[in-house]
Amino acid sequence: MAAGTVGEVLEGSDDRRAGASNKITLRLKIRRYNPEVREDSWWDEFEVRMLPNDRLLDALHEVKWRYDGTLSLRRSCAHAICGSDAIMVNGQNRLACKVLVKDVAPKCTVEPIRGLPVLKDLIVDMEPFFAGYRSVLPYLIDDGSEPDTERPQSPEDRHRFDDTTKCILCACCTTSCPIFWGDEGYVGPAAVVTAHRFIYDSRDVAAGERMKILSDKSGVFRCRTTFNCTEACPRGIQVTKAVQEVKRSILFDRF
Amino acid sequence: MTTFHTYDAVIVGAGGAGMRAAIATSDQVRTAVISKLYPTRSHTGTAQGGVCAALANVEEDYPEWHAFDTVKGGDYLVDQPAALIMCGEAPRDIYELEHWGLPFNRTPDGKIDQRRFGGHTRNHGEAPVKRACYAADRTGHMILQTLYQQCVKRNVRFFNEFYVLDLLMNEGRVAGVVAYELATGELHVFRAKSVMMATGGSGRMFKVSSNAHTLTGDAPAIAYRRGIPLEDMEFFQFHPTGVYKMGILLSEAVRGEGGILLNSEEERFMERYAPTVKDLAPRDLISRAIFQEIKEGRGVGPGKDGVWLDVRHLPREVIEEKLPDVTEFARLYLSVEPTKELVPIQPTAHYSMGGIPTDENGLCVTGPEETPVPGLYSAGECACVSVHGANRLGTNSLLDIVVFGRRGGAHMAEWSKTVDHVALPGDPESFTRGLIDPILARTEGVPPVEIRDRLQETMYDLAFVVRTAEGLSKMKGILDELKTQYAQVLIQDKGKMYNTDLMEAVELGFLLDNAEPLVVAALAREESRGGHYRDDFPERDDERWLKHSLAYREEDGSVRLEFKDVKLGTYVPMERKY
Repeated sequence: MAAGTVGEVLEGSDDRRAGASNKITLRLKIRRYNPEVREDSWWDEFEVRMLPNDRLLDALHEVKWRYDGTLSLRRSCAHAICGSDAIMVNGQNRLACKVLVKDVAPKCTVEPIRGLPVLKDLIVDMEPFFAGYRSVLPYLIDDGSEPDTERPQSPEDRHRFDDTTKCILCACCTTSCPIFWGDEGYVGPAAVVTAHRFIYDSRDVAAGERMKILSDKSGVFRCRTTFNCTEACPRGIQVTKAVQEVKRSILFDRF
Repeated sequence: MTTFHTYDAVIVGAGGAGMRAAIATSDQVRTAVISKLYPTRSHTGTAQGGVCAALANVEEDYPEWHAFDTVKGGDYLVDQPAALIMCGEAPRDIYELEHWGLPFNRTPDGKIDQRRFGGHTRNHGEAPVKRACYAADRTGHMILQTLYQQCVKRNVRFFNEFYVLDLLMNEGRVAGVVAYELATGELHVFRAKSVMMATGGSGRMFKVSSNAHTLTGDAPAIAYRRGIPLEDMEFFQFHPTGVYKMGILLSEAVRGEGGILLNSEEERFMERYAPTVKDLAPRDLISRAIFQEIKEGRGVGPGKDGVWLDVRHLPREVIEEKLPDVTEFARLYLSVEPTKELVPIQPTAHYSMGGIPTDENGLCVTGPEETPVPGLYSAGECACVSVHGANRLGTNSLLDIVVFGRRGGAHMAEWSKTVDHVALPGDPESFTRGLIDPILARTEGVPPVEIRDRLQETMYDLAFVVRTAEGLSKMKGILDELKTQYAQVLIQDKGKMYNTDLMEAVELGFLLDNAEPLVVAALAREESRGGHYRDDFPERDDERWLKHSLAYREEDGSVRLEFKDVKLGTYVPMERKY
């Protein structure tokens, strides 16, 4: 990544308000699909002028707002925490709000994430993804006691599952997984990450139940450890490591 | 083709307030939660620093101290009984979230850890106190995930990507809502005994904002168009530390952990404005201090319109363990390495203190006499209880959504058990058809981006941290022009499936209907209080203005103002020093 200096960044940012420019050209090639218009997908190309530190999401907005209002995508927070705008950028899953124009210019290819049915342009059907999430009992199951204050948990116990609490359910990992592409029944890495978050939480008592679910034929052993998921995660979660930890616990731990 | 549904309780919005309410209603009455997003995309998830409760896990603390800070922080426009409820019930709600699995950071002895936050003090202002419970700098993310998990556990019925566009009333009671299904373009009428509006904020009316693109004041606008007044809309919070020019929030937790603000001379200027709590003064004070520094020529950046946030002196482990996300925002979006370099920031439009007026149970109340609207509830940022008064303290928004989401949900469940459905009004979807059909049919007009850009730029220039009669009057004139243009808003997508072009055009109309009450009430309020600062009336004026504003939409589209008393209590308004 070409890191600009503070001065450069500020110059660029100020231009945004002033309307002046040291803008650069970004040529976007976007895979389109709209069953109301035609049966198969097609490619459209757009050339936009953007500031180097603008987000790819800003460039897609530029297209939508100034060139083609029919371009459809999901987005909300625009700073990589809501998980709405997972797309494939030059063949890799990314959040559109976490890619800077300067890192993909002068041209980049944008497609919907793979393995989920495309509904329109960059919008996919998220339901199979959330079905995987729901299948792993994605909530704390406690021992039934009702203490008056908090359940104690040591900082070490808390740290044990810290990484997997970061998941924003964007589906970047699951839709980068070749096993998931071939078999929508596979729960996928995001569901395993969710299970991991509870299995290693000292306050939870249902690890055995979750591991039983994940040892099923559509469960965690479908994973072939390609590390696509870890590379795709915009939150920097060690997804493959979490999957391997769950596998190992199923094989060696007594629950 | 319109589809009809019948529920007891319908909740509009699936952020923290909506989902907390759904947990309270779903095992009591037939409940539907309708959101234009997927629930986990809601803006609650972006809250970073913490949620306050006087648990006294780290330092001596009491709910009463918290209530005092809330009232003083709100510049005495807070309804004090509501603040006492919120701060008194805070520990209960925090423990509940913990029992539901929220992964709070822990003290060495295994309790929920707590840290400092702006405006939260020990013993009525003596010194900052450690009151904010937190999960690294993703507390809101963990609250949103935990509440969603609990909804999944309870099989709560969600209608995701359904956009509510109208509130149905009959015989003075709530009859339901009308929603537009994004996937198909079809309308759905939801008949209900009670409706809770919980759609969050409206910060997208300003050019520089921490708010998501989707925060367009939907619920306030829908209610306003149906004759419900909006309370205290002139009070908008401008958070001091937004990413320079982008507005993305850099949490107050940065200063809670020891970060400081510097001007162009690298002077810690907050020592002059708030000698006791310095960089942990409430947000309105700091934003104004920043504007003052800029005005006196000590701003940074090419436009000299920002200041520095400095964390270079903080221990590496504090930055990496307690502020990881915030640090990454600086690295990613500014290419700045905060452990070694100063981070340029500037105030960003963050939070609407005003909204749909409610009582302490989330029930909507109108007029100076607070007449209830049976069956209509609201909670979270789009509501005005009012616990935040003229300026919300950091962390109190997350507390607001869990306390009043729960209380509102419980009350609407009880109400829904005791009444029958009121009949739907005739032709229930006609208002909604009148909203969207002309936009779809229009073949020439003004693109939404032109109207939205001008709205955001002018609101930023004329109705932001520093306001004047001249600027606000000018803004009012611009809004009249923009409304005329909006009547001719033109979109390109005429299809039915995922027509986000149409959705954004509707959102823009909602933003205009939030901006106008804000500007009219701000022009009327000839004083400075909390987030509302008038350069031409720089002092607070309790004699004339210790009162809430209520903005009504008149038949001709103009705004009519009423006022109602503030519910005072033991805290007598005094000068606000920190």
